[in-house]
Amino acid sequence: MNSKVADRIATGVFIAIAFIIVAILAALFSFILFRGVPQISWEFLTTPSSSVRAGGGIRDQLFNSIYILFITMLITVPLGVCGGIYMAEYAKPGKVTNFIRSCIEMLASLPSIVVGMFGLLVFVNTTGWGYTIIGGALALTIFNIPVMVRVSEDAIRSVPAEMKEASLALGITHWHTIKTVLIPSAFPGILTGAILASGRVFGEAAALLFTAGLSTPRLDYLDLNPFSETSPLNIFRPAETLAVHIWAVNTNGIMPDIREIANGSSAVLVLAVLIFNLLARWLGSAVHKKMTAGK
Amino acid sequence: MNKTTTTVKPVFHVQDMNLWYGNNQALKNVHLEIPENEVTAVIGPSGCGKSTFVKTLNLMVKRIPSVKLSGELHFNGQNILKDKVDLVNLRKQIGMIFQKGNPFPQSIYDNVAYGPRIHGMKRKKELDEVVETSLKQVALWDEVKDRLNSSALGLSGGQQQRLCIARAIATKPSVVLMDEPTSALDPVSTLRIEQLISELKNQYTIVIVTHNMQQAARISDQTAFFLHGEIIEASDTDSLFSVPSDRRTEDYISGRFG
Repeated sequence: MNSKVADRIATGVFIAIAFIIVAILAALFSFILFRGVPQISWEFLTTPSSSVRAGGGIRDQLFNSIYILFITMLITVPLGVCGGIYMAEYAKPGKVTNFIRSCIEMLASLPSIVVGMFGLLVFVNTTGWGYTIIGGALALTIFNIPVMVRVSEDAIRSVPAEMKEASLALGITHWHTIKTVLIPSAFPGILTGAILASGRVFGEAAALLFTAGLSTPRLDYLDLNPFSETSPLNIFRPAETLAVHIWAVNTNGIMPDIREIANGSSAVLVLAVLIFNLLARWLGSAVHKKMTAGK
Repeated sequence: MNKTTTTVKPVFHVQDMNLWYGNNQALKNVHLEIPENEVTAVIGPSGCGKSTFVKTLNLMVKRIPSVKLSGELHFNGQNILKDKVDLVNLRKQIGMIFQKGNPFPQSIYDNVAYGPRIHGMKRKKELDEVVETSLKQVALWDEVKDRLNSSALGLSGGQQQRLCIARAIATKPSVVLMDEPTSALDPVSTLRIEQLISELKNQYTIVIVTHNMQQAARISDQTAFFLHGEIIEASDTDSLFSVPSDRRTEDYISGRFG
């Protein structure tokens, strides 16, 4: 009888915990959306921000967030996946590998403000670039790479050994086996890692304050020459992202509609992350289906 | 020890081969000749080294860092333990089938075309031909010809194993190694695979590891009995099962241990 009671209590506790988690999430989400969605309008999304007058939008910040995300992933994913391949397939167990693994874990636990300060020293001052998108993207890469390496390594290791042996026994070289068997099989796991990493990029403010800056130059969205000063595609221009904008508006904004801008921006940020996740998953499953002939 | 007296030339000639996993000796002074176009069965209780033995034939054991090898292992006259061998080339000639069907998570077509494609066959027409003949050889063509582009993971266990055989012979090997290929299959699928083995031996030299003595008796021409890493007895299958020359062989095949 006693164990039955214990079982029932345990079940109850776990259900309660699950309920609390869902409730917190739902409350947070509905709070942000309830407060923010009414502020979102086409105008809010398509006008540049104003630092003194009311009625400023978030056009540039939204674009900057997406653009920095794109640039960061462009650097992070290849490096992270290659690092994962190395750790899973080439690194021999031993002191050196353990050392590399500790380094990766250390890197993963660095506070983002520290990464930001490092970025300021290296990507802003030493290189002489000033506040730039590429500086921000490199700083974000630093703290996303550990996640990417770790997730890729796990994904590759979890491919059944028989699959790899089958390929090697056919006389396929190690590299070809990695390319044609291991990576396609590990693809869903790697994608999840990439999505997690992107979420962090979208939401990151501290590491970008000192690297990508707090301002955006006047942009001309028709100017697609990435070397032009006013082009949104120029990676050597300062760029305030949405997350940074929310922080900046809240701490030192002087426009009269601070609340509205912050609420609207938060809602847009949350929705952008959501839409991005859904799109990435949909695209990922389409790619995976194509690679593996569906299931 | 009974020696096989076959007139066909041996594909593998193994002499005084030893293998260690670290300090553990898994194969001891193994001596065996594997004749061309015959089925050689390798039997013995679990842990006797029979799987290790076949994995040595295509040097898959070398993937394990702690493995040490000594002795001679001639494949078509070349000592592949000593001479520098091109593993890619060696394994192209020696196909391998594993305990469980392990198709890649790709389409049926891509699974069979995988080896030839990477070994440089590019033209669609040639590939189509290889895929068709390979699948026909394993008697799978009629079952899958309408869904070559669907995933291989949708096939039944027996079909998957036959697909893996098709994948192995698509690279045109001369030898096919099989490591307990039917141990995960039902009796009907097992029978199909056994029939297939008897058909394939006209073109391929087959080495099959099995824990099923009846299976060895049914399909093989030569049988080698392993115990604690040694070959206790190796001779043509009929005489090994009817008049074993060693007491331990007799005990094993009559089911007294193992």
